Amino acid sequence: MKPFLSLIRRDLAIAFRTGGGGALGVAFFVIVATLVPFGVGPIPELLSRIAPGMLWVAALLACLLTLDRLFQADVEDGSMDVLALSPLPLEMVVLAKCIAHWLTTGLPLLLAAPVMALTLQLPEASYPAMIASLALGTPALSLVGAIGAALTAGMRRGGVLTAVLVLPLYVPTLILGALAVNASAMDLPAAPYLMLSGAITLAALPLAPFVAAAALRLAIR
Amino acid sequence: MWSFANPNKFMRVSGVFLPWIAGIAVLLSAWGLYQALYIVPPDFKQGDGARIMFVHVPAAAMSIIVYFIMCLCAVFALIWRHPVAYLSAKAAAPVGAAFTLLALITGAIWGKPMWGAWWVWDARLTSELILFFFYVGYIALWDAFDDTDKAATATSYFCLVGSVFAFLAKYSVDLWDTLHQSSSMTIGTIATEEKLANEFKTPLLVMLAAFYLYFLTLWLIRVRTEIRARRVQAIRQAAVIE
Repeated sequence: MKPFLSLIRRDLAIAFRTGGGGALGVAFFVIVATLVPFGVGPIPELLSRIAPGMLWVAALLACLLTLDRLFQADVEDGSMDVLALSPLPLEMVVLAKCIAHWLTTGLPLLLAAPVMALTLQLPEASYPAMIASLALGTPALSLVGAIGAALTAGMRRGGVLTAVLVLPLYVPTLILGALAVNASAMDLPAAPYLMLSGAITLAALPLAPFVAAAALRLAIR
Repeated sequence: MWSFANPNKFMRVSGVFLPWIAGIAVLLSAWGLYQALYIVPPDFKQGDGARIMFVHVPAAAMSIIVYFIMCLCAVFALIWRHPVAYLSAKAAAPVGAAFTLLALITGAIWGKPMWGAWWVWDARLTSELILFFFYVGYIALWDAFDDTDKAATATSYFCLVGSVFAFLAKYSVDLWDTLHQSSSMTIGTIATEEKLANEFKTPLLVMLAAFYLYFLTLWLIRVRTEIRARRVQAIRQAAVIE
């Protein structure tokens, strides 16, 4: 347990010292959510109709952009080789990094999302559902994104390829998250969509580290 | 079957079968198209526009079948390290992507007069579109690696992860009740149930067989090309060393 926790602590420390913690991810989320009214016009009814989906798209893109700091730096400077040799299985290393990634990307989003929801005129009744859907869905984004990040780890210009690989995998989480918030905006129960979203996260929790670790073993060979 | 992992044996055997497969594919396509375009009567509700079904349905079916073939090759490549296995997966991908694109485009052409829209975001169309993105990502991943063995392993992982969407594309019409019509023929009901009239069923099965043999032809040609390309690469490397 101790190596696992200290790995999370190490990743958090690196994120805070060099990446500005969760600030860049949150900043990107805020910028994308701000661009929406510029694109579609500031009509309140229209914005409140598309606010659930646009908040989720912005959250998804923010997670996507921070994925390359998941493995890239460690593969490049050789720390991943040391981590692979450690008594901690590589799958647990991946899981620890995903947890640290979520703590610096997904968790700040939960705090920033209500603020942006205000600017996008999200209906008041949907706020709990929105926070719940983000809380249940963003861990899945970190875990599934780790698969794409591991496949392209060590490549020099793998950023766009990561996006191409990961975005189709993100679609179910996005659909369910947006459906949950949309349902609660229309006074329908959001619980079924939230449960499905949680199911995806729970399924990704054991499965994604295995695939990502297998792909990482390729990158450090 | 493992003896076909030897590229030489694969080249010999596939070279014998390839002209026959190609010939039967051409004959079946000709017969199927003749039946579909001339013999089959116009549909009661949709008129002559329903004839695009004879291209759309086989293309969509092949897009999913090819993905599963790729997954099978990926499993062989990962477990037994067949050189022919991952080259087969690599060769099948562009053909599968083309089938998917054909299914999407013919579906849109069919949908415009029937549903009034070029595109709707219902379950089957969306999962087919995402399957297309998976094909594109798979092909892109092959080109991103310098080392062929690493590329083979990484693309095999990615192919297996994407098999979820192939399942979704196939069963989405049965899981959700959205716009695209549900399945009219399953393997168990082809001979027995009557959701599809016999005049339509036979040409459809012929076209399905024709598409499958066409895929086999292209696939065998492409795998043989990949094997030859690897030989050229090996010869070049040997020349450089000397």
